[in-house]
Amino acid sequence: MPVAVDVFADRHIGPGRDDERRMLAALGLPSRETLISATVPDSIRLSEELDLPAPASEHLALSELAAMMGENRIARSFIGQGYHGCHVPPVVQRNLFENPAWYTAYTPYQAEISQGRLELLFHFQTLVTELTGLPIASASLLDEATAVAEANGVAFRHHRGQRSEIVLAGELHPQVLDVAMTRAEPIGLTIVPAEEGASIGDKTAAVVIPWPDTYGVYGDHTDTVAAAKAAGALVIAVADPLALTLIEAPGHWGADIVVGSMQRYGVPMGFGGPHAAYMAVSEALTRLMPGRIVGQSVDSRGRPGYRLALQTREQHIRRDKATSNICTAQALLANMSASYAIWHGPEGLRAIAARVHAFAARFSAGAKATGLGARGERFFDAVTLSLPGKARKMAAAAEKAGMLVRKIDDDAISVAFDETTDERAFAQLCAVFGIEPASEAEAALPALRDGAHLMTQPVFHECRSETEMMRFLRRLADKDLALDRAMIPLGSCTMKLNAAAELMPVSWPSVADLHPFAPKEHAPGYAAMIGDLDRWLCEITGFDKVSMQPNAGSQGEYAGLLAIRRYHQSRGEGGRNVCLIPSSAHGTNPASAHMAGLEVVVVKCTNNGDIDIADLEAKAAEYGDRLAALMVTYPSTHGVFEQGVRLMCDTIHQHGGQVYLDGANLNAMVGLARPGDFGADVCHMNLHKTFCIPHGGGGPGIGPIGVRSHLVPFLPGHVFEGTDHAVSAAPEGSASILPITWMYIRMMGAAGLRRATEMAILNANYIAKRLEPHFPVLYKGRSGRVAHECILDTRPLKDSAGVSVEDIAKRLIDYGFHAPTISWPVAGTMMVEPTESEPLAEIDRFCDAMIAIADEARRIADGALPRDNNPLINAPHTADDLAAENWPHPYSRMEALFPAGADAAKYWPPVSRIDNVAGDRNLVCACPPIEALAS
Amino acid sequence: MAKKYFTEDHEWISIDGGVATVGITGHAQEQLGDIVFVELPSVGASLTKGGAAAVIESVKAASDVYAPIDGEVSEVNSALEGDPAMVNADAEGGAWLWKMTVTDENQFNGLMDADAYQAHIA
Repeated sequence: MPVAVDVFADRHIGPGRDDERRMLAALGLPSRETLISATVPDSIRLSEELDLPAPASEHLALSELAAMMGENRIARSFIGQGYHGCHVPPVVQRNLFENPAWYTAYTPYQAEISQGRLELLFHFQTLVTELTGLPIASASLLDEATAVAEANGVAFRHHRGQRSEIVLAGELHPQVLDVAMTRAEPIGLTIVPAEEGASIGDKTAAVVIPWPDTYGVYGDHTDTVAAAKAAGALVIAVADPLALTLIEAPGHWGADIVVGSMQRYGVPMGFGGPHAAYMAVSEALTRLMPGRIVGQSVDSRGRPGYRLALQTREQHIRRDKATSNICTAQALLANMSASYAIWHGPEGLRAIAARVHAFAARFSAGAKATGLGARGERFFDAVTLSLPGKARKMAAAAEKAGMLVRKIDDDAISVAFDETTDERAFAQLCAVFGIEPASEAEAALPALRDGAHLMTQPVFHECRSETEMMRFLRRLADKDLALDRAMIPLGSCTMKLNAAAELMPVSWPSVADLHPFAPKEHAPGYAAMIGDLDRWLCEITGFDKVSMQPNAGSQGEYAGLLAIRRYHQSRGEGGRNVCLIPSSAHGTNPASAHMAGLEVVVVKCTNNGDIDIADLEAKAAEYGDRLAALMVTYPSTHGVFEQGVRLMCDTIHQHGGQVYLDGANLNAMVGLARPGDFGADVCHMNLHKTFCIPHGGGGPGIGPIGVRSHLVPFLPGHVFEGTDHAVSAAPEGSASILPITWMYIRMMGAAGLRRATEMAILNANYIAKRLEPHFPVLYKGRSGRVAHECILDTRPLKDSAGVSVEDIAKRLIDYGFHAPTISWPVAGTMMVEPTESEPLAEIDRFCDAMIAIADEARRIADGALPRDNNPLINAPHTADDLAAENWPHPYSRMEALFPAGADAAKYWPPVSRIDNVAGDRNLVCACPPIEALAS
Repeated sequence: MAKKYFTEDHEWISIDGGVATVGITGHAQEQLGDIVFVELPSVGASLTKGGAAAVIESVKAASDVYAPIDGEVSEVNSALEGDPAMVNADAEGGAWLWKMTVTDENQFNGLMDADAYQAHIA
């Protein structure tokens, strides 16, 4: 038989055909089809193959996509408006952004194997505290617009919902205002423009100060800040972080919260994303901060180590009482921005900022000398010219010369300079406007800061040569366990292969260097690619339209619920405000429902883990004309294809509700069943799970939503398109990573996608079968099979040996594995999801490790190992432990460190177990300045 | 002599001279594990029986503490804010959460005594 060398599906799927036969034999099954027909209910099973293009090889798909994206026109952008050209340092591009050690890592819940990216995120937070002058920073938010919405939410909660107004002290960028408005209304907040400070009063939760405003102008807000303070309102500044290297930090003039976009710190515009937004707050607001915070703690030997801190703020614990629904943020992009700052240091950043400002100042001076009016006295990078009646003509002239400017209206144009501006481009731009370029001009910045005290921490001074920077990034990457080393069997997270061919297009200039508000005729490649994805994802899910805008799964949930709410309102049924959510749901669901203005009512689960259909029917009937929606995950969060899903959807519809399907487990359905066919009205798709976008060590993710036709009018709009209710800053969200999913679908084809799903289910069932004698499998479907993941019950070991699920998770590190999801959705258990991409040898290595750990627990239970000094409770073991003179354990160093035999490629955790309690009792989320360290 | 009552939600309340002192039970702190944060009500806040009044957090859980009776907060144990571990060490003594007035003595009727609470958690 000839060997097909270029069939991508065979490369994507881990087990070969022989492996598949061996796994089926272990399960006692004659074929994959017998497994699938026993697992997936007939009532929802798709009878035909999906209608998708025949699969292309890697090289064909790459050349097709290159041709398509090559249609984009990459003009020099002076548009600004929150997105700026910048140079990605090549050392960062190659060693971080394009390095699977960084982009295939998971969110750093397992701190001991995540020290590298946690450390870099800690530096990101330090950078943000330095720039903003506020002590507490988080490890990124999704974009500037959602960051402003989150800040407003913090203010609302700070006043315990008793103050319902946000006052704007100047104009925000239109896309930021739009998202802030979308997010404000459902929770009962109103956003009002300031009228000379007069409207600040005892209803004001916060005053938002754009720094600068959308015209690039820095106003004098002294009186506004004083009025806010007098009224007890918070002050939120929305600040450009490059300008902050030169001008006084908002935290020093009264801001309680500062937010903004870090995009221009070394992340391409990417037609809108992804990039990291930042947030810093005063100490009093720490516990209201949304999203991840990296904190410093110590390990069990007293060495410093990092971890995610104060997680009780977050949706996975606090559910509908969480500060936000945000989960995945933008870790990879935050780390790029931190690296940019480390690479340039404060002097380099200030030099870049000064150069940008000099261009703006010279342009403004030249304009004034030419008789053109320029807006505002103080500015940093953007100049808004008054051109009565001529704006359209001038914008067209600039475009003709290969430059894009921002046409604000018929009478004004704004131009923004950035790191990529050079003398030639500057001269060309001046020529378009008939401006005689000034050779120098006085600075026009607001109050300056003392640069000597900016970013004095050693890390910002230690990597000036490329050799040092390259090794710095390598040292950090080596501390982490990502998919480039081992399987990451995280249930519900779908850590599948992120193939190189899928990732390559993200770096293409035709993908990376487009401004999201470039004229439509500049982005036909993007339009074509997104059009393909819309069609393909509709075919895969059975929906009528997909919106790419939500830039995280949580955003997809929010956008979907909002669509449902607006649908009910449009029919005069605005009173429908109850959202049914099963007790087994992911915490984001209730958090999203709360943000969408819905009241959460919990539906019970039965003892076998299924949703209690009788309870669902009773509650749907009880709430009747108040019923807005059911949020349901399918296959269930317990890893089971529930038989009753069609019945559940029908019940909700009978009572006038809509069905929101959480697509977290879509990887078990692609090619086998379609949510749009069995009753869902809307569903989000985690492209970072099922469709190969890497997790990036905690983001980016994307959560497009698919809807049936009646909900299409209620999909997120965008001010750039002349519509509203946006949920993200950019019309197409994190557009520059959509090619990853395009490549995956293009290379897999319908049969390949279906086989991937079937192999994911086979892999999970094989693991369940192998491990069941050692760890009971908690939930199974009617046929005794699991879906694409399985829950292993480790609680019996707690009783018999005092071994906790956490001990097992940490012991897996000694065996070279990232632990499965622990204690979710059931406390004290592990949820394992191998995905289709893991080869049989790796799956067997994992099973062997779990069986060996069960044996170790048995020895503890039998008394052969003490309960307070054994390889589980002491895990993970480090190189320091091995080298230590004193070995105070009743088991050998070999058993501790090489439990599966000597291994030259062993992963060495840099720290032993991190002390969570110490880290939460004493939050340290930024490195203090050098002066503080010295004292 | 102070009288002490317990709720099903694991609060204790002791009454002495018209002032009630509220905390969480030893059993509750044991279930929560190492306490890392305590958020107390404001002095002067008016509480309603069954309404959330304080929050106690461990690394992995955040628990509301409910007011066992109606009344107004007269004093809070601010020391806990700097040293939340006190709740683990002395939940039913020095780690009381707040003191409050008593509006309706009849509300004690629905609460448990020590024996009934022991039976409740057994």
